Amino acid sequence: MRFARSLVLLLGFAFLYGPILILAAMSFNASKLVTVWGGFSTKWYVALLDDAAMLNAAKISLSVAALSAAIATLLGLAAAVALARFGGFRTRGLFFGAVHAPLVLPEVVLGLALLSAFVAFGFERGFVTLVIAHATFTMCFTSVVLLAALRGLDPSQEEAAMDLGATPMRAFALVVLPAIAPSLASAFLLAFTLSLDDLVIASFTTGPGATTLPMRIYSQVRLGVTPEVNAISTLLLAFVGIILAISALALNRPARDLA
Amino acid sequence: MIGPRKKLSYGQRAVLAAPYLWIVVFFIAPMALIAKISLSHPAETRPPYEPTFSIDDGLAGVLAKARTLGFDAYRALADDRLYLDSYLTSLLIAGVSTAIMLMIAYPFALTMARAPRRLRSLLIGLAVAPFWTSFLIRVYAWIALLKDEGLINHALMALHIIDAPLSIYATNGAVVIGIVYSYLPFMLLPLYSALERQDPALREAAADLGASPLQVFWRVTLPLSRPGVIAGCLLVFIPAVGEFVIPDLLGGSETLMIGRTLWNDFFANRDWPAASAAAIILLALLIGPLLVAERARLRAEEEPS
Repeated sequence: MRFARSLVLLLGFAFLYGPILILAAMSFNASKLVTVWGGFSTKWYVALLDDAAMLNAAKISLSVAALSAAIATLLGLAAAVALARFGGFRTRGLFFGAVHAPLVLPEVVLGLALLSAFVAFGFERGFVTLVIAHATFTMCFTSVVLLAALRGLDPSQEEAAMDLGATPMRAFALVVLPAIAPSLASAFLLAFTLSLDDLVIASFTTGPGATTLPMRIYSQVRLGVTPEVNAISTLLLAFVGIILAISALALNRPARDLA
Repeated sequence: MIGPRKKLSYGQRAVLAAPYLWIVVFFIAPMALIAKISLSHPAETRPPYEPTFSIDDGLAGVLAKARTLGFDAYRALADDRLYLDSYLTSLLIAGVSTAIMLMIAYPFALTMARAPRRLRSLLIGLAVAPFWTSFLIRVYAWIALLKDEGLINHALMALHIIDAPLSIYATNGAVVIGIVYSYLPFMLLPLYSALERQDPALREAAADLGASPLQVFWRVTLPLSRPGVIAGCLLVFIPAVGEFVIPDLLGGSETLMIGRTLWNDFFANRDWPAASAAAIILLALLIGPLLVAERARLRAEEEPS
């Protein structure tokens, strides 16, 4: 029984991590062929430094991710506060549904809808429309995370602060915000990584001059497997892996202390 | 949780206004817009689409213009074998992938849920961590594995299991593998949380009353995990139907999935009404699963455990 369980876990994790690890190993392969090991080499990473288009795309993606994640976190916080604290205001059901609908909507549908709206509004497509589109589709994720955090909070502390004379604003800033700070951080990170990763919505809503990293990688991948793409992919995986590890450590510590 | 309807204070309205306005302008209006474009005439290839509504028209004017809207784009789609095939293939591939994923994810989630308590959160954390990494890159990683001259064929031939390379890459099978791999964390998480919550006493009671381990699983564990199974299947089935990246990178030219057909129609032909109509039909196809998913989430959200 013990053996069977270990085997299931081993196979499961091998399936989940094998392809990613092989990709990372290939990025250090001196040979261009996936089936031939030509020795260890970092030359594909060096080649990446000369790829101005790729570096520029990375810069755009990181800026879009940071900006849209900040907007999505603020909007998601406001939405979560309204849903958790304002009781049954009129059109609450509509608001709740509309905020969370993008969670389950196919990306092509949302991308097409946003593009039609930008054209109808007369927005020039580019960096700004990209940020708006990403903030819109990541806001549902930040709202879910923050709503759960607010629901999990004991309201008596906030009430105590208000009984002692704090305005609702002050009570929120001094009591609620510090308590949900870890969730704010994870909501921001979630929105950030989702934006960094998005290809479909970005392709619909961006314009010339604002090509994102996934779009750049995608156009290269269509031409086939190349060592440069392996290298940039490995860098991206490592980047997200480091963020994940840091946030896991940072978020786990208070929980462990409480237990 | 929901009290009687009440009036909000000015401060509360100010907090609500920002996300509300954003959602109306950048989500509700765009969705209404593609519904309208889908009713415009397909012949026109550039926005804005006739008719354009305006307040100046007055009610009579709007009604007169509304009469010019039609279902031409939908009729054209219904006659188009390409679209019909795309919808059917999408549903089929998403369905097969969901079934395979469930069979892989269930034992995996069960083993994690029954692991020693101190290991559990580490295990599930590791299992869902790939969700955070780039989807595109995880799909891309499979190209090097599946190609005729790729690693899997190379390994199998080196071991003399096969003589000629298996053609997996650029087939519907490769798309299924890609979907199973990419969406597995979405299936694992709800299954795991349903299984982890189960009270071991129920299983012990069943065993004490003489049930064999298989009977315990079949009559206790499995029925109790039903909400997790349903949530997991919906969470992977819905996005898989509209998937673009996986069929485009791993599928062959004959892999017509609706996300890809819509994408091509839009980016290659610039046919906005056709693409919009295709999007609306996709939503209509998914409305059943979407509503079930929405209800399940609403229940979870309004009754915090």
